[in-house]
Amino acid sequence: MLSEQLLTALIFGGLAAGMPLVLAGLGELVSQRAGVLNIGVEGMMIMGAYGGFVATLATGSAGMGFLAGGLMGAAVSLIMVVLCVRMGLDQIVVGIAITLGAEGLTSLLHAVQFSDTYPRIGRTIVLSIPWLSDLPVVGRALFGHHPIVYLTLLAAIFGTWALQRTRTGLAIRAVGERPEAVDAAGVSVVSTRTLAAMTAGVGGGLGGAFLAIVNAGNFIPFMTGGRGFIAIVLAMLARGRPLWVVVGAFLYGLSVSLATALQLVGVPIRTEVVFSIPFALVLIMLVLFGRNAYLPSALALPYHRGER
Amino acid sequence: MSDSPDNPSASEPDAGGSGPTQRTATIDRPEGGSAGPSRVRQLLATVTQSLTPMVLAVIAGGILLALMGRDPIEFYGTVVDRAIFSESGRQETIIRMAPLLLIAAGLIVAFRANIWNLGMDGQFLLAVAFTAGVAPMLMPTLPRWLVLTLVLMLGGIIGAAWTVIPALMKAYYGLNEIITTLMMTFIGVNVANVLVKGPFYEEDPGRAFPATPVIEVADRLPRLFDTSIHIGILIGLIGILVVHYLMTRTSIGLRLNILGASPRAAHHAGLGVAKLTLLTFLVSGFLIGLGGSVELLGVQGYMRADWDPALGLLVVPLVFLAKMNGWASIAFVALFAVLANGGELATRDAGLPNDFILFIVALILIFMTVTDYLAVRRGGKGNPWIARFLASVGLRREGRDAE
Repeated sequence: MLSEQLLTALIFGGLAAGMPLVLAGLGELVSQRAGVLNIGVEGMMIMGAYGGFVATLATGSAGMGFLAGGLMGAAVSLIMVVLCVRMGLDQIVVGIAITLGAEGLTSLLHAVQFSDTYPRIGRTIVLSIPWLSDLPVVGRALFGHHPIVYLTLLAAIFGTWALQRTRTGLAIRAVGERPEAVDAAGVSVVSTRTLAAMTAGVGGGLGGAFLAIVNAGNFIPFMTGGRGFIAIVLAMLARGRPLWVVVGAFLYGLSVSLATALQLVGVPIRTEVVFSIPFALVLIMLVLFGRNAYLPSALALPYHRGER
Repeated sequence: MSDSPDNPSASEPDAGGSGPTQRTATIDRPEGGSAGPSRVRQLLATVTQSLTPMVLAVIAGGILLALMGRDPIEFYGTVVDRAIFSESGRQETIIRMAPLLLIAAGLIVAFRANIWNLGMDGQFLLAVAFTAGVAPMLMPTLPRWLVLTLVLMLGGIIGAAWTVIPALMKAYYGLNEIITTLMMTFIGVNVANVLVKGPFYEEDPGRAFPATPVIEVADRLPRLFDTSIHIGILIGLIGILVVHYLMTRTSIGLRLNILGASPRAAHHAGLGVAKLTLLTFLVSGFLIGLGGSVELLGVQGYMRADWDPALGLLVVPLVFLAKMNGWASIAFVALFAVLANGGELATRDAGLPNDFILFIVALILIFMTVTDYLAVRRGGKGNPWIARFLASVGLRREGRDAE
């Protein structure tokens, strides 16, 4: 039953399905470490998906699509920056608003532009890493993806290093724990959090763009389907370590991919059950590990100088 | 809300800075007390403060419409025309209020106890699925009134049951319910669809989509007088008013308010925090599930696969604007029903998807927090519920005081 081909498809599919979560989760993780709980990541993803799709359609280049998706996410995160980081408004209310607003807006834009034509974009280029991609089974599954997949994995490694070893990384971590100490040390709380919140925007936007450009090949309203919320939980469970986000996201991808593969080989399993698996997994992981989940102590708390 | 008389009113910028700015306790005191014109003025100020975000959102929505080449004046004209000035539209607006009121009631119970049940859509849709599946099975054997009563209760129980996992996780593990209820919602929507396509499915060659059996119009909730309005609106009104008086006038309401204001205080007062948390979740889920049943038995008559009105998050800003007050919630739900009902027809006329309403709700949320921020900065009181929401996040913040 488990032929070599199926195994390849399984791993390839798992990696592809996990990628939007890796991107969004990494951004969210940086944001959470800086004390900004970005509940609006779902909205940033859908905006990124829309922007990425439109740009790819217009230019014919997936690269431009990713650029546009990332910029779109960053633009949406500016709302978060102005309202939550600068003015100190409630991060959850604003986050829900961003998600609802982005879903409504992209649905409207989609209807105005594409409701008659339903355009699709062709298959995106893949970068087959020479030699490695010729390996049996894992070759094409692991080393035959769009370049952004490898770039993201490099970014996760770089992020781990940067969070631990650079001044900016230290500032980000500190501002999530004791913003007043960071302020006293002469580092701007607002700029640090702005940087972190915008990283989350870029990550969410890229994740959405990946979903639209690579996974789906088109844009459908509400296509993110709760992935943003899974990304938030992944970031929480990862306890601030980027590589755990990658691991968690690929586990999610594999579970989706496995269920699809089971359907293909004739095991009767409903699509709804498949879609429920990741959320159930998250709940189980929360029960098992949630008690150890570490959250920055100033998470979701706005910083006002001179207030205690 | 009833300010203490010496507190500067939020809508008077002249008073800014001069008055005491300390926040008052967030437990909602019963209305009454100070009498005379100042009370009227305060009420007026509260009303303006609450209405402003809605008005601003409607204006900003109009700008978006204009950007997309639609005439906003015509659009909103259609909204009002269809939702208020036409007889059938007016009835439709009232019909729409029924499930919204019950969801609002469920949210008020939870939010007042500082429990952020955001799993409304899963609770609602599962109740709809069970109602749609079970009612046709019982109809042939039992009298109509009994079936309707039983199925309404069933809907409520299903809604309550879907909160049990987040409730236990919150009560005994201290896991934040915002995330767990959201996860349960995604699962619940899928389970509802599995039910509709599986055990509750009825083969019907006349339909292009999987769905449950149709409940005869004569077997649905009875209508009021000669209108098309079903008695669900009464259930909704009773539901939200009972919740209002329960929360402001009874000892159980006081306990939940204490739990909301400070879990630590509740613990020291000898209130069983875990039990109260569980109770709050169950009541909240029951009311929301009841809303689902009412919608199915009153309006839909059957459930088709992948039907999900996703009303839950749309009600959240309404109860915030109403500051968890039942009467005010009725007013805001009515306003929203006008917008949703008229908006559906107006967007269709304009060739746009109905998701425009999501954009409006998002704007209401943002303007709500911004106007609140400005009110607080001017030395007013602000909306205590927003402040409390702010203090409620984090996976393990048990025992942290709300203010």
